[in-house]
This record gives sequence, C-alpha cells and structure tokens, in this order.
Amino acid sequence: MSLAEQAVTEAATGTPLLAVRDLKTHYRVRRSAAGQDAGGRKRLLRAVDGVSFDVRKGEMLALVGESGCGKTTVVQSVLRLTEPTSGSVLFDGIDLRQLPARRMRPLRQRLQVIEQDPYESLDPRFRVRQIVEEPLLVHGLGGSRRERREVILQALERAGLSPAEQYLERHPHELSGGQRQRVAIATSLVLGPELLLADEPVSMLDVSVRAGILSLLDTLRREGDLAIVMITHDLSTAAHFADRIAVMYLGRIVEEGPARDVVENPRHPYTRALVSAVPKRDPRDTTRAEILSGETPNPVSVPSGCRFHPRCPIAVAQCRDIDPELRPPAEPAAPDHRVACILS
Amino acid sequence: MSLLDVRDLNVWIDTRRGRPLHVVRGLGFSLEPGQRFGLVGESGCGKTTALLAMLGLLPPSASVSGQVLLDGRDIFASGEETVQPARWMDIAIVFQGAMNALNPVKTVGWQIAEPMVRHGFARRQAAWRRAEHLLSLVGIPGAAARRYPHEFSGGMRQRAAIAMALACEPRVLLADEPTTALDVMVQAQILELLVRLTGELGLALVLVTHDLPVVAQVCDQAAVMYAGELVEKGPVDALYHDPRHPYTRLLFAATPDLYQRESVRSIPGAPPRLDRDITGCPFRPRCDQALDRCATEAPVLLEIGQARAAACLAAEHDRSQTAAS
Repeated sequence: MSLAEQAVTEAATGTPLLAVRDLKTHYRVRRSAAGQDAGGRKRLLRAVDGVSFDVRKGEMLALVGESGCGKTTVVQSVLRLTEPTSGSVLFDGIDLRQLPARRMRPLRQRLQVIEQDPYESLDPRFRVRQIVEEPLLVHGLGGSRRERREVILQALERAGLSPAEQYLERHPHELSGGQRQRVAIATSLVLGPELLLADEPVSMLDVSVRAGILSLLDTLRREGDLAIVMITHDLSTAAHFADRIAVMYLGRIVEEGPARDVVENPRHPYTRALVSAVPKRDPRDTTRAEILSGETPNPVSVPSGCRFHPRCPIAVAQCRDIDPELRPPAEPAAPDHRVACILS
Repeated sequence: MSLLDVRDLNVWIDTRRGRPLHVVRGLGFSLEPGQRFGLVGESGCGKTTALLAMLGLLPPSASVSGQVLLDGRDIFASGEETVQPARWMDIAIVFQGAMNALNPVKTVGWQIAEPMVRHGFARRQAAWRRAEHLLSLVGIPGAAARRYPHEFSGGMRQRAAIAMALACEPRVLLADEPTTALDVMVQAQILELLVRLTGELGLALVLVTHDLPVVAQVCDQAAVMYAGELVEKGPVDALYHDPRHPYTRLLFAATPDLYQRESVRSIPGAPPRLDRDITGCPFRPRCDQALDRCATEAPVLLEIGQARAAACLAAEHDRSQTAAS
C-alpha cells in the first residue's frame, strides 16, 4: 500500500481532517539565488522535501523551525498557493493536489489562512464591515445584506470584538494591533472554516496582547472544534498553546510529538539545541544554550545522509550516508512521538 | 561617580497639529563599567527615542531636556559641540535593524574602518587592520573584511554591525533590539557575544528590547518603561521574583516560558494616547490593583530597598502598611 493509499484509508476511518503525505515542493532557481556553492546554471531548491503530518479536528499542531526551514511553504503548498512537486494533501479525504482549480475554490471556505501582519493584511481603505464581508461576496455566500450583517457580527463576536456593532464602521488605522488581528481572524471565521492555517499569528504584536490572540485560537479549536496549524518560530508559544509540535529543519520534519513531550524530552539533537537556546523568563534559570555552529545550509545544497549532520554535535560516520526516517525513538517515549535520527 | 548617568531625560516631539508629544518622561538610570542594563517596554513606550536622545540623534522636531553624564561630565553641556566628540568614541550604538542598513556597495571591512578614520581614531591602514581584528573579536574571520554585505548571512551582518560600533573603543554600547529579527540559534550566539564583550572589554551595555526573557538572561539590572516613564527598575532577579509594579508583573505573566506551565495572560486595554492629558497613573486603566487615588494622583518613582525603585501608589501603600504593623 502506497503512502497516499494508506492516508486515504486513515481519512476514511474518520481520524485526521488534514493528512499530508510525503509532500515535496521544489523550485528551479537561477544560479544567483542558489548562492555561491551552486554549480550548474539552474539548481533545485528543496523548500519542502518530504513532509508528512496529520491534524485532527479540535487539535492544534505547531510547525516550528528557523527561517528558511520550509514551514511557510508547507502551508502554501497545502492551500495550493504554490504548487507542490509531489506527495498528497488529503483534506477530509479529498486529495487537494488532484483537484482542478474550479473545484478547489469552494473547498477554500473550509480552509482559511491567518496572515502574520495585521498591519498589512487589512485594506486600509475598507471599513471593518467591508473587510469581513469581502470573503462572503467572493464566495457568493451570506444571502441578503441584512443576513450578511448578522454573519459579520457573529464572526466579530467570535473573534472577541464585542460588542461587534462598535467595530463595524471603523477603519483599520483606528484599531490597535491586537484588534486588527482579531478582525483578520473574523475574516477567516466568516466562512465557517474547519481548518485554520495561522502563519506566525502573533509575531507582529506586542507582548501584552499576544496571549489574548493565542487564547482566542485555543478557544476556537476547543469549543468550535476547528483544526489549527500554527506556524511559529517561538517554541515557548508552541509549548503553551499547541497539542503537538513538529520541528522542521531544511525542508523536513525532524521531530514530532505531543507539545510538552517534545519540549521537555526532546529526542533529536536539533530540537535539543533549539530548546536550550530559548531564553528563559527566570533570571535564575541559567542553563546554557547549546549553541550550534554556523547557520542552516542553503536548501539548494542539502547535505547528504542526515541533512543535519554537518552541524550535529553527536553525528557519527553513518550519518553522512543514512537519510533517517521519522519513526518512534528507540528509547520508549510518549505515543506518537517520532524522531528522524538514527541515534535516538 | 558612575560611568554613565542619565538624569531626568525628557523628549518632546513636535507634531504639525496640536501640542508637542511628551514621549520620554523623566528617565534616569546609571551604569558602571561591565554592567548590562536592560530597558524593556512595548512598542511606543519611548525606549528607542530615549536611546537616540542620549546620543543627540533625534531630528530637529524633537526637544530634549535632562543630562547625560559620562564620568560626571554632561555631554549635552554645549549641545552638538560636546555630543559629537562623545558619539561613537565613548558611546556607540547598534541601531535596530542595523544588519540591514549596511551599505551594499562597500566592503564590510571599510564600513567598520570608516568611523575610525572619520573620528580621527586611526589612519586608513591601521583602521583596516583594526577592522579585521574587530571582525575576529565578534567571531568572523578577519579575511572576510574584504567581502560585501550580501555575502554575509543575517547573523554575520549583525556581528559586523556590532564590530562597527566597537570601532573606536567606546565604553558604553547601546543596542536597540539587537536580536529581534534573528532566529533563536543566531540570537543565542549574538547574546553570548554581547555578554562576552562586556566581560572582556569592560564595556557597559544598554540593551533595549521588548523581550523580557532576553533581558532576564543577559542583563544584571533592568528598567521597565510604560508610556514614556520608568515604572520600575532594579536587579533582573528582583523584577522577576518580586515585582513591585503591577505592569512588570503582568508583562512577565503575558510572556510564555518554555518550561512553566501556568497559563499566559494578556494585559487588557492599550497604552494611553500621549496627545491627551494623563491624570493619575498612566497604567491605571489596565491595572489589576488600582486604588481610588490612582485616578487622580500620579505616582513618582520611589527608591525601595537596594538599587530598586517603583512608581506605584499601591506598592507604596503596601509598604507603609507593612511598616506600620
């Protein structure tokens, strides 16, 4: 049974809402974009290079990794905002990659995005009412004007802007950063989605309002049964709000498992280093960062074997040849904890 | 006498409409050699403006009052005439986003050497040799001096910006959000570098950031700013374990920590608008401990114990009660 077939069977038994299998998104790039070490004229940039994960209803998965690791490309590939090279993306049992564009559109109501920067994602000339109304008009939903107004008010209330009437006629510049992000979330909710893909939803916001937005997402999935994929570079945020964390490195998931387990008992040397490098709130907690040398290599020249081996503090000779699979670690761990390292 | 002593620093920004905005209000702190001081606050609290004011770098639309004493001498004493010699020679700055502000058509080495030549610190050749030395000091091979910024990664460019600030052997380094755009691993590398430099060179560091954990891990002392004012200052350990101002406590509670499981809570409301009069305590509308007095009486920053101060009527109230009992 192929991976795709296997995923179809799983989806049919009603488990994951989103099942991504062996997703690859490669780009052909010019030599200049490929950096100095590229040889030929055109090279392959492996932004996403074999990623598999599941998200269930009511679950939040955090995709964590450093810039350039491919986490945003995963989300774009799921939504086909960029076309994946291979693999399958099963949403409620439907393979999105096989759908013609015309059939993809109605499905988009069910998968919505929350963008990173609410200072850029909202049209400054629109009023809140118009911003939240636009997706309804695009999808030809919401019935009469009065009915639409009701739907808009509900979405704003759900996003925590209450009383919603107060916000309808405002422009984005009259709102704080937190309120803007809530408007952006209302814009996604108005279509009644089942899956939210949130790309760094709080990184542009002030510390004092971040928790409010994250708690809102938390409520939506717990009470609204939404599935959420949250991209973040911040492990602390992921540990607090996600059920599961998938750590990405150079286009691959190198470790995946229950959020607390990944953070408190990381199995992959990359995750261990990341966890140690996160500054702690308590000044007395002076555990030193296990600093990796260098920086993530260019995804044009992915190292052989394990792609982490050149920076890995525990790599052995075999790591140069064996490309490790994501599998349960040898030492017993929590169920569903998987790691791509031959040494763990 | 401290190495650096900032006293009653105020900044007003002229707006085309209405009266000037009072964006930094009576800021004061002092610093010894080798000390690392964090200035923490959210966007718009005046932390960057205060930093720029200390070097006389604000545009003409800003008026500044107060003193910046370096070894007891006021560098503002004769305006630009006394600030200019101190700038970059005694006090240098790593600007926010400095790594993206390098000149793309000049080599990194020359950009580090240039201030030395400009300030008469060294002649061309010596300046170049020192640029190579500074690069190795911040962990980049000296030979990379001949390279251009686009050949450097983000982390390397940020190191180069730090090397540039160190060019003329300053005694005080101001760093504005030096790791904000960087990945956590590169951030850890840069923070380690800053700590090492204060130790090796006896440099005093002022680190401006919105990121409490960064301050908790790097600084010995810190001050929390809100709406242009210092609301609390003291050793970072005390700020975290025994905060006296509700804003300090709530800001820590809003910051997720990797290992601590208690839920993070946002602070309701938003900072006050600076174009309107603020009566009473500026934090009162968002405070969870406000007293009736807080609506009318503005708190002042009062010393509490060793090297600590807070501007909060509720904290004062608590203290007088403890003293009475």
